Amino acid sequence: MMPATLSTVAYIGAIILFILSLGGLSNPETSRRGNVYGMIGMAIAVLATVFGPQVTKAGLPWIVGPMAVGAAIGLYAARVVKMTQMPELVALMHSLVGLAAVLIGYANYIDPAATAHFQGAEKTIHELEIYIGVLIGAVTFSGSLIAFGKLSAKITGKPVLIPARHWINLAGLLGVIYCGGWFIHTQSVTEGMTPLLIMTLIALAFGVHMVMAIGGADMPVVVSMLNSYSGWAAAATGFMLNNDLLIVTGALVGSSGAILSYIMCRAMNRNFVAVIAGGFGTAGGAPAAAGAAPAGEVHPITAPETAELLRGAKHVIIVPGYGMAVAQAQHTVYEITRFLRDKSVNVRFGIHPVAGRMPGHMNVLLAEAKVPYDIVLEMDEINADFPDTDVAMVIGANDIVNPAAQEDPSSPIAGMPVLEVWQAKTVVVMKRSMASGYAGVDNPLFYKDNTRMLFGDAKKMLDEVLVALKA
Amino acid sequence: MAQLIGVPRETAPGEKRVATVPEVVERLVKLGFRVGVQSGAGEAANFADDTYRAAGAEIIPEAEQLWVTADIVFKVRPPDLDEVVMLREGATVVSFIWPAQHPLLMDALAAKQATVLAMDSVPRISRAQKLDALSSMANIAGYRAVIEAAHHFGRFFTGQITAAGKVPPARVFIIGAGVAGLAAIGAASGLGAIVRANDTRPEVADQVKSLGAEFVGVEYQEEGGGVGGYAKVMSEGFQRAQREVFAREAKDADIVITTALIPGKPAPKLISADMVRSMKPGSVIVDLAAEQGGNCELTVPGEVAVRHGVTIIGYTDLPSRLARQSSTLYATNLLRLTEELCKQKDGRINVNMDDEVIRGTTVIKDGTITWPPPPPKLSAAPPKPAAKPPAAPPKAAGHGAAAAPASARATAIVFLVAALLFWLIGAYAPASFLEHFTVFVLACFVGYMVIWNVTPALHTPLMSVTNAISSIITIGALVQVAPPIGEAGARPTDWIIALAVVSIALVAINMFGGFSVTQRMLQMFRK
Repeated sequence: MMPATLSTVAYIGAIILFILSLGGLSNPETSRRGNVYGMIGMAIAVLATVFGPQVTKAGLPWIVGPMAVGAAIGLYAARVVKMTQMPELVALMHSLVGLAAVLIGYANYIDPAATAHFQGAEKTIHELEIYIGVLIGAVTFSGSLIAFGKLSAKITGKPVLIPARHWINLAGLLGVIYCGGWFIHTQSVTEGMTPLLIMTLIALAFGVHMVMAIGGADMPVVVSMLNSYSGWAAAATGFMLNNDLLIVTGALVGSSGAILSYIMCRAMNRNFVAVIAGGFGTAGGAPAAAGAAPAGEVHPITAPETAELLRGAKHVIIVPGYGMAVAQAQHTVYEITRFLRDKSVNVRFGIHPVAGRMPGHMNVLLAEAKVPYDIVLEMDEINADFPDTDVAMVIGANDIVNPAAQEDPSSPIAGMPVLEVWQAKTVVVMKRSMASGYAGVDNPLFYKDNTRMLFGDAKKMLDEVLVALKA
Repeated sequence: MAQLIGVPRETAPGEKRVATVPEVVERLVKLGFRVGVQSGAGEAANFADDTYRAAGAEIIPEAEQLWVTADIVFKVRPPDLDEVVMLREGATVVSFIWPAQHPLLMDALAAKQATVLAMDSVPRISRAQKLDALSSMANIAGYRAVIEAAHHFGRFFTGQITAAGKVPPARVFIIGAGVAGLAAIGAASGLGAIVRANDTRPEVADQVKSLGAEFVGVEYQEEGGGVGGYAKVMSEGFQRAQREVFAREAKDADIVITTALIPGKPAPKLISADMVRSMKPGSVIVDLAAEQGGNCELTVPGEVAVRHGVTIIGYTDLPSRLARQSSTLYATNLLRLTEELCKQKDGRINVNMDDEVIRGTTVIKDGTITWPPPPPKLSAAPPKPAAKPPAAPPKAAGHGAAAAPASARATAIVFLVAALLFWLIGAYAPASFLEHFTVFVLACFVGYMVIWNVTPALHTPLMSVTNAISSIITIGALVQVAPPIGEAGARPTDWIIALAVVSIALVAINMFGGFSVTQRMLQMFRK
């Protein structure tokens, strides 16, 4: 059994390790060490708590047992998950944290040992902390579950919009506030349970409703927002338990998610509130898009012709999108890349910040396929190079390469930063059909004179291109 | 009826170029034209008659027959008056003309009711770059100038350390960084020389540096420059400063290549006899402006002269000395022009005087002299590509305008709200809460600083690691399992333990799964 001071010092060590862990991610080379710091920090924090003054020996079996079970499940899931399924996994894990926050909040509330010594304003604040912790936890839980469902295509990816949804949200918010007032004025646990339960139900419903209304293309924002929520839930729990370690860690995670959400929104040139309020192109954008439908001729191309183009090129930029993830084409992409690089063709990748369904999704997929990270560039780094590029290959991406964002002020995506692939000498766009992207905007890129459309499943088509290249 | 493009053999002495090459003949035939090439036209540039024939041209044995039958004549040098006599009435001639220098030729062509397109008059706008034969030829001249210099220079260009001793690299100084000057810079630095270059236009400094040379400016901006005064006519002060720079550079240089030309004026004399005298014996000067009198006082146009031990090359036919290359590029320029003239691909040209490029190039239209052309329209308000320019401003405005003013106001609002919130908390919250609140706010800032440093490529691992770290919430459950309290009366232990155990299990999934999947991802990020 450690004295309280020792466990506090251990907590400080853990906090430092967590900060180093996040700092390590500034560079792929230091990132692995960063992750190890995170693990050590977590181990220190857990051990210092278990052997600290707040846990007696009697609790050990109750701790070791469930932790072993959870660890087994977690390690198994981490081993079998496909890299294309990362967004789903992350969303699902957020829901676990959310649920845990709810349960811990309840447990704390019904525990007289934890609450009895608070009086007056302190009691009110403590109850408020419980209340907020449970609220955030519940929204995170149900929202993450829905996000998981959407990302794994168990639920439709389209925004589901209930009429008068903003009023429903407002009513929910008022309900939550009312229950909060009710809750802190109750005298006993049994009395307080009713408003707490009602609020939990409202929060769960709110989480479902909020994420249901958001379209598939906005998922990067949602996932990072839920990431942020899980952090705030931890911080709220920390306030509830007077635990600085939880507060700091929760704040770190919370601000991390908030910044990511902000970066994603900026990459789409959209307002955070607008994304969360849901529905792409519902606010009068759709009719404008229909009116400005570009007319023109589409030039199809075959896989062998694509190979011919690539063979004659000196500079190639590949722009992957969600389509590459769906088709699991990243390995073939790498094979093609390696073949071309052996022929001393300069092949690079241009990644849009919101390509895919999660921040950095494309980078992870390319890394999985062993694409060296120094040829994978960000939009801002590579946009100026398109005019000198012989072939730009767009694999299953649409809105992020849409010239309408720059050329058509009435377009719903006007002003969104895009990869300027059309400036390359030739653009090969791989797509399954002429359907428009998640934004529901037609893409004038497909009708440009220097654009060639390669229709079909990305994986199948790329395999054919590779065969033709090697022939 | 498809028109016949005739390509005669060049008659000027020493001219080795030819106005078309077999590759281009094929393309011209595809555009619907017939092509007739005079027998032996490509010989000096190593294109045999047979290769033209194989590409689809007819070989015409005699010049006269060609001139008489051709609807369109492609040439390199301006036709001489004998040739014009043979030209069919109303035919079209495409060639270098230099109308200012050849008024007699212009009159003769006009008398023949000819249409004449001068390759030296192609307007210098970006759309016309593909037909800019002057640039093609200047590029070749610049390259060839370095080769000629290397030929007459008695040493290596590149520095070497050999068993037989150390060889210093050659020092090359290039005056004028136009197309020819830049080509010379590229060729000289490619051979390993130390290259320095000067130009009166300071904006070309970046281009010079991009080719591996050092830019030598004239330090005279403050006094002489002022309001852009020295773009055309240099002030006396500037010229003096410039001469000082040239004298200094020439003394150090092994090779000087001059490319300074002012349109429509004799070439400026930049290298004086004194500067030549100051150069090391064995040095070489290549004067690309020899045809216009030369940049060096001692240049003899068309010849190689040795003065004060310095070889001064004044060849005026450098592109012709690389005949195969210059013919190919020139022929391609002509092909591009033909494509512009024959949009229908029906083998007939249409000299459309409304097209800015064709208008500028055409110096005689159906016997009427149309040179000089009206000044080129500024491309600010083109009627045709109206779709593009209006699109550009909203993009710029959308980014800058929206961001700049709003951010100042937004910042103020944020600060105000934060101040209000802090005041409320400070006024009502108990001391113990404030301690935690301090920690919380500071942690948010640390998080903010740290996260902005994360590279976007690692955003997914960032999310999964922060997710794993949020498992810290497990501590909340841990402390509830068995707190060190006596038998507190009404503690619903079963409920609490049940809730805590479930929480621990859930969070453990997250903790172990999160860290291990992050590790798995990060392992994949390899250079």
